[in-house]
Amino acid sequence: MDTVTLEPSLYTVKAVLILDNDGERLYAKYYDGTYPSVKEQKAFERNIFSKTHRTDSEIALLEGLTVVYKSNIDLFFYVIGSSHENELMLMAVLNCLFDSLSQMLRRNVERRALLENMEGLFLAVDEIVDGGVILESDPQQVVHRVALRGEDVPYSEQTVTQVLQSAKEQIKWSLLR
Amino acid sequence: MIKKFDKKDEESGSGSNPFQHLEKSAVLQEARIFNETPINPRRCLHILTKIIYLLNQGEHFGTMEATEAFFAMTRLFQSNDQTLRRMCYLTIKEMANISEDVIIVTSSLTKDMTGKEDVYRGPAIRALCRITDTTMLQAIERYMKQAIVDKVPSVSSSALVSSLHMVKMSYDVVKRWVNEAQEAASSDNIMVQYHALGLLYHLRKNDRLAVSKMLNKFTKSGLKSPFAYCMLIRIASKLLEETEAGHDSPLFDFIESCLRNKHEMVVYEAASAIVHMPNCTARELAPAVSVLQLFCSSPKAALRYAAVRTLNKVAMKHPSAVTACNLDLENLITDSNRSIATLAITTLLKTGSESSVDRLMKQISSFVSEISDEFKVVVVQAISALCQKYPRKHSVMMNFLSNMLRDDGGFEYKRAIVDCIISIIEENPESKETGLAHLCEFIEDCEHTVLATKILHLLGKEGPRTPSPSKYIRFIFNRVVLESEAVRAAAVSALAKFGAQNDDLLPSVLVLMQRCMMDSDDEVRDRATFYMNVLQQKQKALNAAYIFNVRLCLSVSVPGLEKSLHQYTLEPTEKPFDMKSVPLANTPITEQKTEFAPVATSKLPEKPGPTRQDIYQEQLAAIPEFQGLGSLFKTSEAVQLTEAETEYVVRCVKHTFARHMVFQFDCTNTLNDQLLQKVMVQMEPSEAYEVLHYVPAANLPYSQPGSCYSLVRLPEDDPTAVSCTFSCTLKYLVKDCDPNTGEPDDDGYDDEYVLEDLEVTVADHIQKVLKPNFAAAWDEVGDDFEKEETFALASVRTLDEAVGNIISFLGMQPCERSDKVPENKNSHILFLAGVFRGGHDVLVRSRLALADGVTMQVTVRSSDETVVDIILASVG
Repeated sequence: MDTVTLEPSLYTVKAVLILDNDGERLYAKYYDGTYPSVKEQKAFERNIFSKTHRTDSEIALLEGLTVVYKSNIDLFFYVIGSSHENELMLMAVLNCLFDSLSQMLRRNVERRALLENMEGLFLAVDEIVDGGVILESDPQQVVHRVALRGEDVPYSEQTVTQVLQSAKEQIKWSLLR
Repeated sequence: MIKKFDKKDEESGSGSNPFQHLEKSAVLQEARIFNETPINPRRCLHILTKIIYLLNQGEHFGTMEATEAFFAMTRLFQSNDQTLRRMCYLTIKEMANISEDVIIVTSSLTKDMTGKEDVYRGPAIRALCRITDTTMLQAIERYMKQAIVDKVPSVSSSALVSSLHMVKMSYDVVKRWVNEAQEAASSDNIMVQYHALGLLYHLRKNDRLAVSKMLNKFTKSGLKSPFAYCMLIRIASKLLEETEAGHDSPLFDFIESCLRNKHEMVVYEAASAIVHMPNCTARELAPAVSVLQLFCSSPKAALRYAAVRTLNKVAMKHPSAVTACNLDLENLITDSNRSIATLAITTLLKTGSESSVDRLMKQISSFVSEISDEFKVVVVQAISALCQKYPRKHSVMMNFLSNMLRDDGGFEYKRAIVDCIISIIEENPESKETGLAHLCEFIEDCEHTVLATKILHLLGKEGPRTPSPSKYIRFIFNRVVLESEAVRAAAVSALAKFGAQNDDLLPSVLVLMQRCMMDSDDEVRDRATFYMNVLQQKQKALNAAYIFNVRLCLSVSVPGLEKSLHQYTLEPTEKPFDMKSVPLANTPITEQKTEFAPVATSKLPEKPGPTRQDIYQEQLAAIPEFQGLGSLFKTSEAVQLTEAETEYVVRCVKHTFARHMVFQFDCTNTLNDQLLQKVMVQMEPSEAYEVLHYVPAANLPYSQPGSCYSLVRLPEDDPTAVSCTFSCTLKYLVKDCDPNTGEPDDDGYDDEYVLEDLEVTVADHIQKVLKPNFAAAWDEVGDDFEKEETFALASVRTLDEAVGNIISFLGMQPCERSDKVPENKNSHILFLAGVFRGGHDVLVRSRLALADGVTMQVTVRSSDETVVDIILASVG
C-alpha cells in the first residue's frame, strides 16, 4: 500500500450518497463497480450510517474507502473515494454539492425541502460529478446550470416564505449549537 | 412502524416522504400522460422525477416496461420546458442500459447539442455519448471536435469528460481529437483545463516521451486550476517513479515548488507525493513534513485527517523526520474526530519516547470502542511495533490488548491482536503466562477457526512448560466438546503434548484421549488413536519424535519430497525409501519477527511455493555434469567475490551435496564494449579438496548475468576436513564489440581477473532445523556420542556478541528463542539444532558465562561420532 502511487486519473469519486436521519437512502449514485449490487450498496450505506451518524467529524475511513461527510438537520451527505484519493478533492465535491443545494433550497437544507425538489437534486449532482469525474466544483456555476425554473408560488409570497424559512433555520441552528 | 412515522412527523412538523410508497406499476401507468397533447410540463416532470427516484432506490425495471416508458418519454422533447428537457436527458442516461433502442433519441440530442440553448448543449452531449457506440461516434465526431473547443465552459467540459469516458471503448476515434484537447487545455476556465489535461494524459499515457513533453509544457506555462495541478503532480510523480530519475530532476523541483501553491489541495497533493516517493531522504522530506505540520492545526477536519494520515506513513519509515511535529500531534490526540486522534496517537507511538507510552495508551483506550476496525488494526500494529522497541512495556500492552480482544470486531482485527500477543509472548518470557491466559479466555468464545487452531497449537507448545500446566487442560478439552472438527483435531494434538511432557498429567490426558476416540470426525479419531498409542509406550524418544518434533512435516521441503518419491518409484530397488535423502527445507518454519505491512488491510497467508533451494536443485539437475550427485543438501547465501563497482561482478553460491560441492558463480559483465566468452572460475584449494569439473558460461554479453560452475569432491579419507579456502581466478576470452549494436569483433584474446578468496566453512555442511522442543530432541538423540569441551573467547565482550558469532559460525538453528540473551544476565544457554551433510542430526548446547571475556562450554550430541568431532574441532 505504501508504494502504490496513484494512477493519474480524473476518476475521483466512487459514490455520492444522501441519507436521512434513519439511514434510509434518499439519493445514491455509485460510479464504479465497488458495490455492484443493490444489496451490497445498502449494506455499505447501513455501515456508513452507523459509523457516522452520531459524530460530526467530517471524515472517516471505512471498508478501505475514504468517506467525507456532512450532516444538516435530518440529512446526511456523503462523498466516497479511494483511500489513496486526495481528501481535499473529495471535500471540494461535498462542499459544492451542499452549497449548491443550500442555494437551490434557499438555505433550507432539510429532508422535506429536498424531497420536494428532487429533480433539482438530480440535476445538481449530474452537473457536479459525471461518471466519477468532477465536472464542476463551483456552486454558483452548478446552480446557474441547473437553472431551476422558479416555483409557481407568486414572487412576493415566495419572499415571505423565504424569510420565514430562513428565520426558522436560524432558530434551529441557534438551538443546535 | 406507523407509530414511528407519526412521531417523526410531529417532530419535524412536515409531511413524510412523498415518494415513500411509490408503486412502480402505478408510476408507469401514470407515464401514459406523456402521450397527451398538449404536454403538461409540471405533471410530466413530476412523473419523470418519480421514475428516476425509483431507479435510484434500486428498483428493478424489466426491459419491456423500461422500453415502453422510454419511448413515451421521447415525446417530451416536443416541450420546450427547460427543466423537463434536462430531466429527459437524465432519464436517457439512467435507462441507457435497461431500455432497448435508446439510440432513437440520437437526432434529438444532436440537435440540442448543436443548438442555441447553452443550457441544453452540455447535458445533451453527455447524454448522447452515453448512448453512442464506436460506429455512431464517427457520425458525431465533427460535432464533438467543435464542442471540445467551444467557448462555453460547460459545453467544452462536457465534451472532454465524455470523450474521456469513450476512450475505453473507442480509443482510436478519440485519439484524433488530441489537437482540440490541446487547445482546450489553454482555456481560462479551471475545470476545462483540468478535464483537457486528464484527457490528454489518458490519450498519451503509453508514450512516455509525449507525457514528459506535456509535463514540461504545463509546468512551465503554469495552470490556473488546482485540480489540474493535482493531476499534474500525480503524472509527474508517476513519471519519476517509472524513469527512476533522481531527486535532482526538474520534475521533483516542480513537485516541491507546488508545496508553495496557494491552494491547500495542491500543497497537500505535493506533500503526499513526496512522502510516497521511494527512497526519499530525510532532508527531501523536511519541507513536505513542515507543510503537513501546518495542516495539523487547521480548523478543517479533513485537512487535519489528511495531514496526520500522511505523517503516520512518514513515521513508519522515518520516525525522526516526524519528531518535529510531536507537539502538534499531541494536540490532536483529543480531537473530536476519532480517526484523527487514533492516527495521531499511533504516529506518536512510533516517534515518541518510552516515557510517553503509558499516557498515550490510556488516552487511546478511552475511545477505542468508537473507532472503525480499520483503525483498530492500525492501533494494534503500532502496539506490536512498540513492543519490539520497548519490551519492558509489555504489561501495559498486554492489558490493553486483552481488553481489545474482548471487544467486538472482525476477523482481520482479531487476527492482528492474536498475532501481536503471540509475538509478545515469544519476545518476553515473563509475559508468557498472562498472555496465554488471555488467549485461553479468547478461544472460549471465538468464532474464527483459524485463530482457535493457531492458539491451540501455541498452547500445546508453550503450556506444558509453564509452572502449572494443568490449568490449560480444561480450556483445551472444552474445545474438544464444543467446536468444529478442525478445532477439535487441533485440541487433541495440543492435549497430547501435555500428556507427553507432564507425567503427572498423563493419566488424565489418557482418559480424555479415550473420549476423543469416540469423536464423530475421522481426523479427530485418528489423531486421538495415534497419540493414545504413542503416549501409552511412555518412551521419551518416541514422544519426542512423534509428538513434539514431527520431522516429516516440519523439516523436509514438500516439492523435494515429491521429487524423491517419484525418483524412488522409477528405480525399483530392494532398499526402503530413505527419508534422509530428501532435501531439507532450508527455511524451516522460522520464528519470524512479524513485520507488518503498513496499514495492511488484508494479507492472504503465503502460499508454500517452491523454496529458493528447490529452484536451484532444478537448475543444477539440468546440467549433465552434475548428474548422480544425489539431492541438494544445502544452498548458501550468495557471497560477493568482487567489489560492487568493478568491471565484472561475480557472486558465488555454494551448493552442498552428500559428497560433493558445486560452486555456482553468477557473473555480470558491466563493460558495454566487451563480450566475454568461455567464462569460468579457476579454483585452487588449500586442502585436500579436488576440483573435478568446470562448466564454463559460453557467452557473457554486457549486463546479462550468466553462470558458470565448478564441481569439487569433498575429501573422503579425512571427513573432518570441513573447511577450506579457495583462491579464485576468473578466466575468459574477451572480444571487443560495438557498444551501440553489441556486434563483436571476430578476434578475441584470453584474459583473467583475480577474485577474492572463497571460504568453505563448517556452516556449509550443516542445514538449519528448528526443533520446537529442544529438550525432547536432546533426549531423543541420546548421549551415545556426546562430547563436551570448554573454550575461552577472549576477544568477545558481551553475551549477545558471543551468541551471534556462534550461530553464524556453525550455521545452525537457534531453538527455544535462546538466541535472545535477557538483559543484565551474566550467563546464558544457547541451544542449536541442525542436520549434518549425510543426514545426521546435530544438537549443540552451549553454556556461556561472562567474566572478562566469555567462557563457553560446548556440548555436542549427534547420531554420528565423526560429526561430533568435526563440530568440536571446528569450534576450537
